[in-house]
Amino acid sequence: MGLVEKGTLSKPALKPLTWLLNYSRKYSLWMFQWGLACCAIEMAASMASPRYDVMRLGVIPFPASPRQADLICVSGTLTDKMAPAVKRLYDQMPDPKYVISMGSCANCGGPYWDSYSVTKGVDQILPVDVYIPGCPPRPEALIQGIVMLQERIQNEGIGNDELERRWRGEPIVVD
Amino acid sequence: MTDVTPTDSGESPETGTSTAVEESATDAAAEIPDPHALDDAHAELLARFEDELGAAVLDTGKAFGMPIVRVQRTEWRRAAEVCRRTLDCDFLSFIAGIDWMPAPKEGGDDAGGDTSSPVQPTETTYGVTGSDGRFQVFARVQSTTHNYGLTLKVDVDADALLVQSWVPVYPGADWHERETWEMYGFVFEGHPALRHLYLPTGFEGHPLRKDYPLLSRVVKPWPGLVDVEAMPGGDDDAAEPAAAEPAAAEPAAAEEAS
Amino acid sequence: MSTTNPPLPEFDIDPRAFRTLADAQMGVELDTGDMILNLGPQHPATHGTLRLVVRLDGERVIAADPVIGYMHRGYEKLVEFRTYPQITTLINRIDWLSSFANEVPFIDAAEKLMGVEAPPRAQYIRTILTELSRISTFVLFLGEMGLQVGALTPAFYGFRDREHVVNLIESVTGGRFHPNFNRVGGLKDDLPWGWVNETRTVLKKIYDACDVFEDLVAGNEIFAARTKGVGIIPPEIGAAYGVSGSNLRASGVDWDLRRDGAPYLVYPDLDFKVWTHPDGDSFARYWVRLQETRESCRMVLQLLDAMPSGPIMAKVPRIIKVPEGEVWTEVENPLGQMGYYVFSKGATGPFRVKIRSASFSNVSILPWMLRGVFVPDVITILASLYFILGDIDR
Repeated sequence: MGLVEKGTLSKPALKPLTWLLNYSRKYSLWMFQWGLACCAIEMAASMASPRYDVMRLGVIPFPASPRQADLICVSGTLTDKMAPAVKRLYDQMPDPKYVISMGSCANCGGPYWDSYSVTKGVDQILPVDVYIPGCPPRPEALIQGIVMLQERIQNEGIGNDELERRWRGEPIVVD
Repeated sequence: MTDVTPTDSGESPETGTSTAVEESATDAAAEIPDPHALDDAHAELLARFEDELGAAVLDTGKAFGMPIVRVQRTEWRRAAEVCRRTLDCDFLSFIAGIDWMPAPKEGGDDAGGDTSSPVQPTETTYGVTGSDGRFQVFARVQSTTHNYGLTLKVDVDADALLVQSWVPVYPGADWHERETWEMYGFVFEGHPALRHLYLPTGFEGHPLRKDYPLLSRVVKPWPGLVDVEAMPGGDDDAAEPAAAEPAAAEPAAAEEAS
Repeated sequence: MSTTNPPLPEFDIDPRAFRTLADAQMGVELDTGDMILNLGPQHPATHGTLRLVVRLDGERVIAADPVIGYMHRGYEKLVEFRTYPQITTLINRIDWLSSFANEVPFIDAAEKLMGVEAPPRAQYIRTILTELSRISTFVLFLGEMGLQVGALTPAFYGFRDREHVVNLIESVTGGRFHPNFNRVGGLKDDLPWGWVNETRTVLKKIYDACDVFEDLVAGNEIFAARTKGVGIIPPEIGAAYGVSGSNLRASGVDWDLRRDGAPYLVYPDLDFKVWTHPDGDSFARYWVRLQETRESCRMVLQLLDAMPSGPIMAKVPRIIKVPEGEVWTEVENPLGQMGYYVFSKGATGPFRVKIRSASFSNVSILPWMLRGVFVPDVITILASLYFILGDIDR
């Protein structure tokens, strides 16, 4: 990537290189699954269950540490007691990193919107890329969210100035 | 409400005529068994408990086959010892607290308030065995060998909020009392370390008290508020006598219970 | 060649300390310090957000302190602001693997207070769905305990077999778990066409899968070596802490609320065996749940054969108002004894609900049980107790 950043690469080589790098990035997402509650079961069903296998998309679960992960999927209710832990582990992830908020508890507090101990949505502490509504969302919905995220990754730019302004447009909402 | 057992037949609650029709209509005319009656094992258990504790038992009651006793504040731990050692109730189910104060309306009386949450009656009543004041602690112990169990209640001194701890008798009481302390503020004397169990360490307030507001509901009304249209013949709260006939007449009414 | 040596660094060391710092005597007990290890709250082996702070002497635990509350959502406060049907939606999520079983005791409590009895067909369907939930969560346990102990394959089998059962529940209720299917007075819908035959097929698959688990996991000598003798709960101590369900039955206590407690659903009419094991260790807990899965399959077959026809909903008013009173219902949830103590004051929502969840008491025994245990055995014990964080933290 140093060549790209320094700008020594010629223009015609940039586009296919971008395409190649994004292609390899999107198909080797290492997912840090932050499974908190019921949505974790659906997330586990999509990871470990032979039926909704998400590994065929290149998404591998269980990174050994957050430093090796590039996708975090917060699934389940986030409580105020747990929130510092999420923030700290998210900060330990290296760039480029993506956040999927799975389930209505992680999106906005969900059925516990009026509780005294629940954080009303993980977007209060992390910038979210994909929202997957549902209570719990089906494993297919999680897979659709990942696929849409992969499309977005494919269209990202690399190169120094574009790396700074990596497209963080409107978050994707799966419907 | 007085501190005696509630109405004996479950079919005619105090709020009016039957809000539901007994599905086992064969019993309608015949003598209706008391749903609160204690079976032999429980009746004997209650009698033995009263023998052991004597004057410490302030009141007894029953609810749907379960005996309830209210004991004196100073004899709470002794009641536990009697249960565990003499009555063979080796299983501790739970210890919890209750705040009998009616919940104040969210947002205050003149605010619009949250019309989505159920409206509770505003006068204070105390349940089956009554209470001395606003707070009570109640617990349930059971026996794994005999098929009986007992519910015990004790009043908490409203000024000092002290209750005796059951930890020397049932080691499992440790966590239950910690939870009750953090939810209500009752201090359990004799507990090794009353510290937060569920809530973060710096949490202020005791959430399950009735005067602890849920701030989210104060700030915005329930997002899913749906207008429930009134029953024919009056609005919801007053419609109890009238509600029975339209409900009985329409079988379709049974499916939409929300 | 320099003639002046560099100056010695200045620091204070007691000259006598040099003798002990670089000491290499024989036959002397070395002085070690304790280490505090923090397991969780985000950890693959703790079934969710449980944090276990252990003080270790080498590999042995001296003291353990579980820190819970990372999933505390404030159920007991929330239900005071909701109506009974709304609460049914919410309490599904306490024990989120066997959701249907959480709704049943609460609906039972509301029906008792109202004096309503659900029709027999509804009771049968409720019992069937409860037992199917029990099967789905136990099958996942059977696979997942193998995963915690170190075997990856049983987890896939567990998830695959759970999918069969969850599809069944979905075809009836519409939700894979969190069905929200009970209503006060009965159920929302009747069974779809062909469901009974489909269930029989699935039960046969689960029954065979239990044999697979018995051979693959319980019969594996590594698994047996890791779990036998590990985490023994003596029955009196277990009962005093409130441990219930399969955990207590694995210590030899013959107590099952489906048979011994107050009659609920259709269990008084069913013929089933209560499995116990005398040892009380982790292997016993695995074995008891394995047998109970098979027993649940047999129970569902009995229920399917005996199911009556008829309505599935009693006549209840549109707005559910439960009269004043208090009631305690307890059931044998897959995780243990679950109970609801409902205080009602005649409104559309309850006044106070105390939710007695099984895992709370099951986990409260950990400080007592983990003393003197090796670190890998801690994971085995956590896996064998089988708690769900939503059940602990409510």
